[in-house]
Amino acid sequence: MTEVKLPRRDFLKAAGAASAAGAAAATGIAACSPAAETAATAPPAEPEIWLTLNATEAAFVKAVVDTLIPADELTPSGTDVGLATFIDRQLAGGFGNGAKLYRSGPFLPGKPEHGYQLALSPRDFFRAGISEANAWTTKTYGKEFDRLTVEQRNEALTAIETGKAQFNGGFTSNFFFDNFLQLSMEGFFADPMYGGNKNKVAWKMIGFPGLPASYREEVKTYFNKKYDKEPQSIADFS
Amino acid sequence: MVTKLKEVDAVVVGMGWTGAILSRELTKAGLNVVGLERGPMRTPRDDFAIPAIRDELKYTNRHELFQDTAMETVSLRHAMSETALPMRRHGSFLPGTGVGGAGSHWNGATWRNLEVDYVVRSHYTEKYGRNAIPADMTVQDFGVTYAELEPHFDKFEKLCGISGQAGNLRGKKIDGGNIFEGPRANDYPNKPLARNFASSTFDTAARSLGYHPFPQPSANASEAYTNPEGATMGQCVYCGFCERYGCESNAKASPNVSVLPVLLPDPKFELRTNSYVKKLNYDRAAKKVTSVTYVDTRTGEEYEQPAGLVILGAYVFNNTLLMLYSGIGTPYDPVTGRGSVGKNYCYQYTGAGVTVFFEDAETNPFMAAGAFGTIMDDFNGDNFDHSGLGFIGGGHISAGLSNGRPIETRAVPPGTPRWGKAWKEANAKWYRRWFNVAGTAVNYAYRDNYLDLDPTYKDALGRPLIRMTYNFKENDYKIGAFLSQKSAEIAKAMNPTIMTEPRFRRGDYDSRPYQSTHNTGGTIMGTDPSTSVVNRYLQSWDASNLFIMGASVFPQNQSYNPTGPLGALAYWSADAIVNKYMKAPGPLMQA
Repeated sequence: MTEVKLPRRDFLKAAGAASAAGAAAATGIAACSPAAETAATAPPAEPEIWLTLNATEAAFVKAVVDTLIPADELTPSGTDVGLATFIDRQLAGGFGNGAKLYRSGPFLPGKPEHGYQLALSPRDFFRAGISEANAWTTKTYGKEFDRLTVEQRNEALTAIETGKAQFNGGFTSNFFFDNFLQLSMEGFFADPMYGGNKNKVAWKMIGFPGLPASYREEVKTYFNKKYDKEPQSIADFS
Repeated sequence: MVTKLKEVDAVVVGMGWTGAILSRELTKAGLNVVGLERGPMRTPRDDFAIPAIRDELKYTNRHELFQDTAMETVSLRHAMSETALPMRRHGSFLPGTGVGGAGSHWNGATWRNLEVDYVVRSHYTEKYGRNAIPADMTVQDFGVTYAELEPHFDKFEKLCGISGQAGNLRGKKIDGGNIFEGPRANDYPNKPLARNFASSTFDTAARSLGYHPFPQPSANASEAYTNPEGATMGQCVYCGFCERYGCESNAKASPNVSVLPVLLPDPKFELRTNSYVKKLNYDRAAKKVTSVTYVDTRTGEEYEQPAGLVILGAYVFNNTLLMLYSGIGTPYDPVTGRGSVGKNYCYQYTGAGVTVFFEDAETNPFMAAGAFGTIMDDFNGDNFDHSGLGFIGGGHISAGLSNGRPIETRAVPPGTPRWGKAWKEANAKWYRRWFNVAGTAVNYAYRDNYLDLDPTYKDALGRPLIRMTYNFKENDYKIGAFLSQKSAEIAKAMNPTIMTEPRFRRGDYDSRPYQSTHNTGGTIMGTDPSTSVVNRYLQSWDASNLFIMGASVFPQNQSYNPTGPLGALAYWSADAIVNKYMKAPGPLMQA
């Protein structure tokens, strides 16, 4: 495993112009994953466009989702299944801007059991969290998260998950991680129309068939029997 | 400026289950009824259709059909000494909004309470002595009995086309049904739903240990059905998108499917959506509500709607808020124990059990209905001897998967990491091979668990939020330990590949993970005006033309889901209004 050699701005320019597979190779991550082997035959991917994430945030999100969902024989990497795109779209839309979030003050810390109590919209919470995470990895490893090796990413993300990484933004690293993980899981398992779960890979991985119209007979005929059908998404029914 | 409208016979606040039922019964009795619903219109054709309805992110995670917490929520503190903070987004419970209310996005578990559930205080005192009920446990009798409610349960079951198996038909116990249920005059309108691997495996194991499992009574129709109102239901297709979703097959009973198709065309009924009732206008001297003030949420304009009769059919929190904010009745004071508005807030104590994993099974969790499990009541109510146990009440134990929606409903064996390759492999292996065996317990009332007006936080109309002072208590933890052990014993008899340690909720009530939308109390019913808000007919002690519906009238919460019991109470109250109150308007019970 090698470290990232390209400066981020060049990398992002390359990512925007080249295929996603090429971009993945440029990160130095996919080079040792099965996904890279199929790069030659993969169709040209869409250009990377971010609705709200800035370049630093996009690089962080891609690196984290690739750590959460590494490419293996089950699925391509988090970025390649569209998780970074999903997170960007969610943060740019109603959810990110605080729809259905009670936002009147005063804002007090409360107990964990009180749930989210910050004054920040989810978009700004992610902005703050990414900044804190990068500050911590810079202090600890001398680099922002996306420049770390795979081993370092796993180690750093574990520290963030368990609260061992020191955050100074008014919330703990594990709180940030929990929210990041939840949004990533939503993207991984949601209908592909939202940008994640590309080609229904997460549904295929676990054997969720999506949304057939009816199991009226199947509930009996498939009792304790494997239901092995190609998953159907909302687009397949539209 | 407030526009004053022409008086109508009756105004109904909220168009969920109870609002729809009362509107129907009152129009049938000849009254002109206006229904006020804060949310939008929702019809199965436009709002519950496939493929859009099968969108887990939108409906489960982004709360498409639920009350908008940007507009209003409740605040929470665990003890009177603490400062309450608002629940800034939904978690633990999911109140509805819009036509149909939470009745459009429920799972469909439809119960009759046990006979003992109506007489909790008198039964346990009589049987186990004066000390059986702790001093600070403020449980009360309902003031109405199961026998009185039986015909009204029957009516609600027929309205909903409930699928189930009777266990006590006019006193005759029937194997395969719930032998602990009170006697019923009639069997369920529809036969039970099909069983899946989880519910079937649980049934066999529970039976092998001498217990009495039975199919969950369900508002998911096992057959196409026409109810006595003439509304039709389709047959359940086991799609696994029930709770949090509308039903595209019209197979799940809801106000939208079961009542509104006959109510909406009735010229005696007028539905006004986007009409958010802010306040009841109270004439203290006359002990009557003269009108309701509501806001048109499209324009912000306020209207005053005078009415002869006022039915409060909002959710638990809004029923209580409207009483407190309008100054009707005496607010509950937990220090002196005086007053009753806000008293006896209760919830549901869920998830006391284990998760089992079967290496070679195919549970097909996605082929499911909302109310689809196998249940046993051997440790519910007082169906077992409580001597020496240190708690009263109990819970029903169940198994079955109501869905396989993958964002929400996955389990992996203990010790699995939360991400990475090993996490992926565990999900690929176990997603279709697990289920829970768990108890759902009663939640009894305590002196210092209550609702009042928050001193700091406001809703979008400028009213205080409801403040919930609430925590689980010793009785809950003891039942939790008991039910989790019993669940583990049954689970062990299934011989699973992996079984988790028995677990139950400990520590402070947590507003984050979903537990149930079974909030109760705040405007409780009874026969004594000093300890209840409404009398046994659900009529306000302080305003004889005001009747309050829903689970806010439960003096404490039983182990069962509240919709069946509150449906029966709605019909019971409607019967009293039509056959007693309308003939001689005034208090139906003397204070």
